[in-house]
Amino acid sequence: MINRLVKDKIAQRLSQGLLGITSLVIVLIVVGLVWKALPLLSEFSIGSILTESVWAPLKGKFGFLSFILGTIWVTLLSLIIAVPLCILASVYLVEYASDRLRNMVLPLVNVLAAIPPVLYGVWGVLFVVPLLGTYIAPIFGISSTGYSVFAGGIVLAVMIFPIMVSIMVEVLNTIPYELRAVSLSLGATRWETIKHVILKKAKPGIFAAVVLAISRAFGETVAVLMVCGNIPQIPKSIFDAGYPIPALIANNFGEMMSIPLYDSALMFAALLLFVIIFGFNLISRLILNKLEAKY
Amino acid sequence: MRSVKSRLLQEKIAKLLMQLSGIIITGSLFFIVGTILYKGLPYLSWDMISKVPQGGFYIGKEGGILNAILGSLYLASASTLLATLIGIPIALYLNIYVKKGSSLARSAKLLFDVLFGIPSIVYGAIAFSIMVFLGIRASLLGGIITITLLTIPIVVRTLDELISTIPQDLRHVTASLGATRWETARVMIKYIKPGLFTAILLAFGRAIGDVAGVLLTTGFSDNLPKYIDEPTATLPLAIFFQLSSPIPEVQGRAYASALVLTSIILIIVLCSHILASKQKKHKI
Repeated sequence: MINRLVKDKIAQRLSQGLLGITSLVIVLIVVGLVWKALPLLSEFSIGSILTESVWAPLKGKFGFLSFILGTIWVTLLSLIIAVPLCILASVYLVEYASDRLRNMVLPLVNVLAAIPPVLYGVWGVLFVVPLLGTYIAPIFGISSTGYSVFAGGIVLAVMIFPIMVSIMVEVLNTIPYELRAVSLSLGATRWETIKHVILKKAKPGIFAAVVLAISRAFGETVAVLMVCGNIPQIPKSIFDAGYPIPALIANNFGEMMSIPLYDSALMFAALLLFVIIFGFNLISRLILNKLEAKY
Repeated sequence: MRSVKSRLLQEKIAKLLMQLSGIIITGSLFFIVGTILYKGLPYLSWDMISKVPQGGFYIGKEGGILNAILGSLYLASASTLLATLIGIPIALYLNIYVKKGSSLARSAKLLFDVLFGIPSIVYGAIAFSIMVFLGIRASLLGGIITITLLTIPIVVRTLDELISTIPQDLRHVTASLGATRWETARVMIKYIKPGLFTAILLAFGRAIGDVAGVLLTTGFSDNLPKYIDEPTATLPLAIFFQLSSPIPEVQGRAYASALVLTSIILIIVLCSHILASKQKKHKI
């Protein structure tokens, strides 16, 4: 008898320890990032790092503006493409589709989530980049290689489809059936019910899904790196090359560690990503948890 | 009030748009796989998957990517195993030992949710800095540690969801029979077994496909890894490097390597799908 209780206690302590160690790793990550980024922060003010655009590590200039703008361009473009498509598709899946169709489509969307980033990148290089460079850019009278923030946006949009659709479907499923019944019985068409009742009710959830997708998009490294050109400049049109923050870290880490402050600057970039993504994640999770608790 | 006709027309247009969006989203999957299949198939050969790179492989000469395939499998298996061994107790602990709805349970769950979203490049950058600090060179070991950190949140999160599907009655019954919490946990594991394998496969899929985490930590090598402290090639990195080559033949190999990775992922997805449908029917 005592033996069993001891076993129970051991199991408890052991898993408690594992949880503790894992949480400690997170703390270590944050401390490490801050500690490594400090040399840069003590040399320059955070304001000038974030607002200057000259990136010349050899000359000791570390302006992050073009990287920040590159990230924002790519992320915004992907959201512009993905958000309307995902809202419409998930509404269709929940409100119109038969069970059979739903059970066919949702697993396929999950397969999309399982495809590794590098394969999205290969697809981007094989299809999106040539499409933009040879066919679409000339329509606007622009000559472009196709390696652009637009290409990054398209690839990223496809990458965030699954997370958005699965969360939006979940959110729409939490809306009580009675709301629909009332609206329909008052003579509204299904689309009017969706537009005026369901989407209004689902707004916080949809917002949370979008925020979660933003944080995913922000950190996506390799697929975007492969298609967006990686030139440290401020993109002026969507056909210009850009250089998002994750690509900066991936391309330069491990090289030229001897240049003063270079590794500190890269760690600052990682810290920046971490803070932004942590914040976004936290916000959307809190909203989603609240919604879940409500229904 | 607008006429009924125009309202019905609006309904039709909206429905059409929704169907179109659905088709675009699902179609993109077939489109991506199709593109890789179409481009990669002509370059795929038995040599590609059964040989390691010979001299001059990256300028278009003989050889294959066996080193990368095996390297990826080693890396993903080892880190998935570690992540499972660490993740299962954490998930069980959070659901059995910690009181439901307590601030510890809630904040720990939130922590893992948030961790799940941290990009692998950040994990990679940290792990790389630590490795430089400790004087460990880029190696299989470094990659395993990084990917393990990356997969723990996936395991914990999916298991947590699985455990929440266990009927409360099961807990009450085991408890009323005088089982300790540890014994309850063992019953629970039996209950979610097929789902557990799904979670492990999911983590494995993530581990084998990750690039940003291994980019800085595993290095690259043309040989099969013999020891854990040697640099190792991984499949995603092999694709990445070959694709950036200017030589068409080598680019073609990147497509073929992408096809190999796609097949591995699709097999994993298929297996986890079968297991997931088993979980639905599975009862003790």
